[in-house]
Amino acid sequence: MTLYDLTATELAGLLQSRRVSATEVARACLERAEEWEPTLHAFLHLDPADILRRAREADARLATGQAPALCGIPVAIKDNLCVPGQPATCGSKMLEHFIPPYAATVIERLQDQGAVIFGKTNLDEFAMGSSTENSAFGPTRNPWDPKRVPGGSSGGSAAAVAAGLAPLALGSDTGGSIRQPAAFCGVSGLKPTYGRVSRYGLVAFASSLDQIGPLARDARDLALLMQAISGHDPRDSTSADLAVPDFSLAQTPQRVSATLGIPRECFGPGLDARVKEKVMDAARDLESLGYRLEEVSLPHLEYALPAYYIIAPAEASSNLARYDGARYGYRSSQGQDVEEMSSHTRREGFGPEVRRRIMIGTYALSAGYYDAYYLKAQKVRTLIKGDFDRAFGSCDLLLMPATPTPAFGLGEKAQDPLEMYLSDIYTVAINLAGLPGLALPCGFADALPLGLQLIGRPFREDALLQAAHHYQQHTSFHRERPVLAKGAGKEI
Amino acid sequence: MKDKTPAGPAEISIEEVRHVAALARLYLLPEEERPLAVEMSRILDYVGHLQALDTQGIEAAFGVLPLNDVMRDDLVRPSLPVEQVLSNAPRQLEGHFLMPRIMGS
Repeated sequence: MTLYDLTATELAGLLQSRRVSATEVARACLERAEEWEPTLHAFLHLDPADILRRAREADARLATGQAPALCGIPVAIKDNLCVPGQPATCGSKMLEHFIPPYAATVIERLQDQGAVIFGKTNLDEFAMGSSTENSAFGPTRNPWDPKRVPGGSSGGSAAAVAAGLAPLALGSDTGGSIRQPAAFCGVSGLKPTYGRVSRYGLVAFASSLDQIGPLARDARDLALLMQAISGHDPRDSTSADLAVPDFSLAQTPQRVSATLGIPRECFGPGLDARVKEKVMDAARDLESLGYRLEEVSLPHLEYALPAYYIIAPAEASSNLARYDGARYGYRSSQGQDVEEMSSHTRREGFGPEVRRRIMIGTYALSAGYYDAYYLKAQKVRTLIKGDFDRAFGSCDLLLMPATPTPAFGLGEKAQDPLEMYLSDIYTVAINLAGLPGLALPCGFADALPLGLQLIGRPFREDALLQAAHHYQQHTSFHRERPVLAKGAGKEI
Repeated sequence: MKDKTPAGPAEISIEEVRHVAALARLYLLPEEERPLAVEMSRILDYVGHLQALDTQGIEAAFGVLPLNDVMRDDLVRPSLPVEQVLSNAPRQLEGHFLMPRIMGS
């Protein structure tokens, strides 16, 4: 068993007992990255000197015997999070040379714990996309099949963890961008309750939907990262002023008495039969572990995608107005005055999907259309939240697929924006309702991972992690590892 | 405000595309206007399905947390040093961001 095959929890055990050093762990991950990166392209920025320096600092701390659990563990960071001194491109030409002068709160917290910040991972431009094909710097490939997408927008983070390039990663999720790539890459990913994790230092896409969250090989590792990054932050006025529970799974009871809701609207047409089969198998597995199954209804679920594709672009059009060539980022050389320069800057700096969403969002907010689109969508959001509130009246958790299909091929959906949007069908409602959602592997179809999704009550990530951990103690899908054929992907 | 929403399928005109592009400060080449109008119409048509839902008397949920007016004490705190503020500036002059002129000809 090599170092890169171990989970973060297992590595922490070896590091704390000094059987292995943080430098050795970092080197193992860097060697693995050197081997896989020409094919995968999970990273946009990887600085071995910086990583080894951080590992040395972690080793000094570990030697004192007083180091936190995360000390010495490599964590790959999605490139829309600010790490001072390293680029934060957001997968965009607009920020290709942008170096943040400040650290995101989650990064400060990781650094306080001695975690080894391990590179910046690839993403769909400004987190807009479901395949990482919208990155201005080329797509990331799925480690299970390099001709397929890793999902998006946190595709780089998911691929890095799946391939063992780093045991942990941070991603962001606005409409499924942690959970969908986790499912496509056979790893576990958690979108916290809105407000659980500070968004300070996350480049904003849609402010009422965005959340930062962990990607890892299993629930125990997710818990390790969640413990470090969660909690109120005065610098994020949307962060909840609530105590962070103990997420560690050391005390998980062997049997639970909880009700698992199965929403009937999630198992209708459009769902790949193989995904349906594995998700229903998982439901039965959980039942045998003590979870009582109950069919529930989310009658407004079919309106979640249209509502999302009004609200998210609308909020994005506001958040991306700051990219005007004035104070940072790309500036066009065209234009006679400020207005023209900004217009050209935005045309040249943003890719087609980003421009499309800015146009849709601006339209939906503009005079004469605001009521019919944006306001309407926010009212539908209330209805959707109401559906979940009712379901949680009798259930403790909900179970549904994470994605309608396994990972699709590169280029397969890139031509039709609407087709791409449909891959988010099971994830967007969760962001609209602000609930926590966890995706984890539940099987394979033709050697491609399939993921299921667990949804929890607000601020009950502990219940989600416990259920996922239970399931993973009795299954081994999360222990499978992709095998990369040498040279695969080069001919594509 | 007069509601301009079309009763039937969304059909965005070239004029509307130009108007929205101006609002969004997004320069468009003339040959991009029609394809964008078609694309936007398709997407707006899809999201327009929300019109079928009765939302009479429903409050808009602009956010999910019951937060309002999160304030902090009105105390001066250190800001980012000017050199750091300017560290990514495309053009700067004497501690300022240097910009093209404001008014067109």
